[in-house]
Amino acid sequence: MGMIAAPTATSAPRLFWSQFQRELVSVVRSKEEALNPLLFLFLAISLFALGAGGDPEVLQNIAPAIIWVLVLLANMMSLEGLFRRDYEDGTLEQLILLAQPGFVPVLAKIAAQWCVSGLAMTLLAPIAGLILFLPSTVLPTLMITLLLGTPALSLLGAVGAALTVGLRRGGVLLAILVLPLYVPVLIFGSSAVIQHMDGIGTQAQIYWLMAITMISITLAPFLVHAALKISVEQ
Amino acid sequence: MGPGSRVERVGVSFDSFADFIAMGGHGFYVWFSYGASMLVVVANVVVVRRSRLRCIRELTDMARRQRNTEAV
Amino acid sequence: MTLKTLWHRLGSPRWFYQISRPWIYVLGILALVLLVTGTVWGLVFAPMDYQQHDSFRIMYVHVPAAMVAQSAYIVMGFAGVLLLVWRMKLADMVLATVVPFGMSMTLLALVTGAVWGKPTWGAWWVWDARTTSMLVLLFLYFGLYALRQAIARPEAAARACAVLAVVGMINIPIIKYSVNFALTLHQKASFTLTEAPSMPPEMWLPLALNVLGIYCLFGANLLSRLRLEILRRERGTQWVRDLVLSGSA
Repeated sequence: MGMIAAPTATSAPRLFWSQFQRELVSVVRSKEEALNPLLFLFLAISLFALGAGGDPEVLQNIAPAIIWVLVLLANMMSLEGLFRRDYEDGTLEQLILLAQPGFVPVLAKIAAQWCVSGLAMTLLAPIAGLILFLPSTVLPTLMITLLLGTPALSLLGAVGAALTVGLRRGGVLLAILVLPLYVPVLIFGSSAVIQHMDGIGTQAQIYWLMAITMISITLAPFLVHAALKISVEQ
Repeated sequence: MGPGSRVERVGVSFDSFADFIAMGGHGFYVWFSYGASMLVVVANVVVVRRSRLRCIRELTDMARRQRNTEAV
Repeated sequence: MTLKTLWHRLGSPRWFYQISRPWIYVLGILALVLLVTGTVWGLVFAPMDYQQHDSFRIMYVHVPAAMVAQSAYIVMGFAGVLLLVWRMKLADMVLATVVPFGMSMTLLALVTGAVWGKPTWGAWWVWDARTTSMLVLLFLYFGLYALRQAIARPEAAARACAVLAVVGMINIPIIKYSVNFALTLHQKASFTLTEAPSMPPEMWLPLALNVLGIYCLFGANLLSRLRLEILRRERGTQWVRDLVLSGSA
């Protein structure tokens, strides 16, 4: 799974797409890995709804926070498998050491992971909103903030995943490392939806989310690459 | 001078030592905070010093032993 | 000495060990003088605050701790960059040694902040901008600590912490902006640091002294921890052996 043919001098975009396709293929093969975080998301949302006694007013008020926090957690769950399979069968080493430039396959992996977690959750967000009595006028804001914020989650989370891939009990450590980094995205995303419900404009948050994602795209690949090299060398 | 402050007096700000300890009723909070701070500062210094002395002692023993075996 | 020679010298733990000795005394004595003066002044002589009465004196320990806690993390972020990009050995050691001081100061800032908050706002904890970013900073420190514990080899652990410290350092301003943005909306009226310049000098001068003092303490502590780490890592070398045998370590 995920074996790489001997690399020739491929251009960066081609390298990206070939890796990206490989990732999606392996996702399709092991559907559970991709589905589990999404199932967790909806299961946990349902638990919140039940825990609040199905009270629409209560749920409506905290729905943005619930959805965003659970998106964070579900994203983290799907991050654990990001590098683990390739680490275990040795292809991770080849990936980062042989490919030129080194961070391109990494970026492709992260992009694929985002597709099955962040993007998927964005598309499923209306259902989550429905279960929690979120007014439908607010749903576009929810989706936009998720769309803009989840790439940052995948990118930042990938740094944590790369640092912990070789470690025992890496999952808990991953949470400790990554959740503080998620705080700004959570704050901007959730407050945007809440403020929209209160009728206040949310442009600032949207710009901030875009900025955070931009910064993450610029920096994360190099850091992930460096982290993978460290993990692989152990 | 800002809205939140007003110079009450110049010099010692307390009428008596008892007042100083009481801190206007907030004595517990103030003294707890200062005590905790002093603890943290002192602990940081002491811990390093102890580790250092221990390390030097170990290294000296090691070096002495090695010198003795080399002399043989 | 040119920058280049300084750079090369910094790569030598032995040189650093020798050169840093007087600095520890200088910074240590400065720290002592500044902190004692600042504390006594703030505790005894500073005038009472109109609104908060005497509980505001906690500011003289809370603010320095908070400031140095944040600075220590930024130091680690830069050390991380130096390690990852230029492989500077000293940076490796900085990453290994700053965490205890930084984390203890963060905890102190949080605790004194809570203790200050109770008489001021009536609550031990509020989710306002500064308390939240201090809490997130604590989690960032804890992440560094946990990561270092989890990796066996010291060189790999240092480099992993370097990556994490760089990511954290970049995130810190973003975190601060985000909490400032979202959480000040719900903030109850509180004593904000931005009013500091509007305090009379009798009130903010002791604060300045304490801040300088704690930074000197940070410097002295960092140097002594670094020297200890150098001894540990260079334990097999001749110069260390000679040093301890001559009793002048």
